[in-house]
Amino acid sequence: MNGVHIIALVGGALILIGMFELLRRGQLREKYAVLWLLVGVAVAVFGLFPGLLNDIAQPLHIADPPNLLLFAGNVVLLLVTVHLSWESTRMEDRTRALAEEVALLRERLEQR
Amino acid sequence: MERLLVVVPAYNEEASIGPVLADIRAVVPDAGILVVDDGSSDDTRRVALAQQVHVLTLPFNLGVGGAMRAGFRYAVRNGYSQVIQVDADGQHDPKQIPMLVGRLSESDIVIGARFAGAGEYQARGPRRWAMRLLAWYLTRLTRARLTDATSGFRASGPRAVELFARHYPVEYLGDTVESLVIAALAGLRVEQVPVTMRVRSTGRPSQTPFKAMVYLLRACMALAMARLRWRSKRLLEVDELAPVTTHKEDSI
Repeated sequence: MNGVHIIALVGGALILIGMFELLRRGQLREKYAVLWLLVGVAVAVFGLFPGLLNDIAQPLHIADPPNLLLFAGNVVLLLVTVHLSWESTRMEDRTRALAEEVALLRERLEQR
Repeated sequence: MERLLVVVPAYNEEASIGPVLADIRAVVPDAGILVVDDGSSDDTRRVALAQQVHVLTLPFNLGVGGAMRAGFRYAVRNGYSQVIQVDADGQHDPKQIPMLVGRLSESDIVIGARFAGAGEYQARGPRRWAMRLLAWYLTRLTRARLTDATSGFRASGPRAVELFARHYPVEYLGDTVESLVIAALAGLRVEQVPVTMRVRSTGRPSQTPFKAMVYLLRACMALAMARLRWRSKRLLEVDELAPVTTHKEDSI
């Protein structure tokens, strides 16, 4: 086990601890926590079993296994940002609807 | 008896909204007047209230689309069957309200158009191409001869009010362009009548070539999105937001 693997392992553990802590304090909705917990677990697994990356990269004909890691990381981040855009769009729609509703209610209230 | 509501979306229009409201009151004294204060930071709300009209106060700026959707909801909840939008900057001449509303006996949506012969409004370059493109496409879709699809001066009959209270587009240009797409897909009749625009009493239109180009691109974007979003008529029957209910008992 060399330095890189230890860093990966410690990194994975820190992510897991951080997520549990945020979740415990109620600072993170479950659906997001699950995502990042999975990322943490994945990092930890690759830290524990460094050979795993090679085993996956070889059948896929990826010459340089770290490229697989970078590629996978990019895909995950892309999906996460798309998901967040979707969430914020939905939230904005709801906020707008609420703003309209508040205006309608205020008007009725002030009429009395 | 159809009840008419004049909806005036207003964003920081304290200087011009007073006379506009007075003009509207003089032309259609029996109509309800609703100012939708779209998160103004100036005295728009106070000026409007001084004119004894109803005022919806949005807690922050939603844009014309959001303001109008709130207006349509207000109409449905308070038993108004016709809505006409009049801008607060004084551009739309209230004297033409009866003419537009009169045509609602034939159509569900009547657009007061700036290029249909009357008036002197002229646009150039990319902005003109954008308007041409929008007009051409919406003419095809609605099977009505439209030349000025982005005019906000428009009247809506009962079927349109009901539809727009539920699905009024809130994106940029959505309030004018996308709303016509929705109306066409829902089988509403659209028509345009020529109107003259007045010179804005305050502010001036933004007309740099770059802005006009951006406007053209956004217009194309709005059309494409509208068409993709509302491909099937089925969508129109599904409520995407909280149901709009009428409170008849409150409107006494």
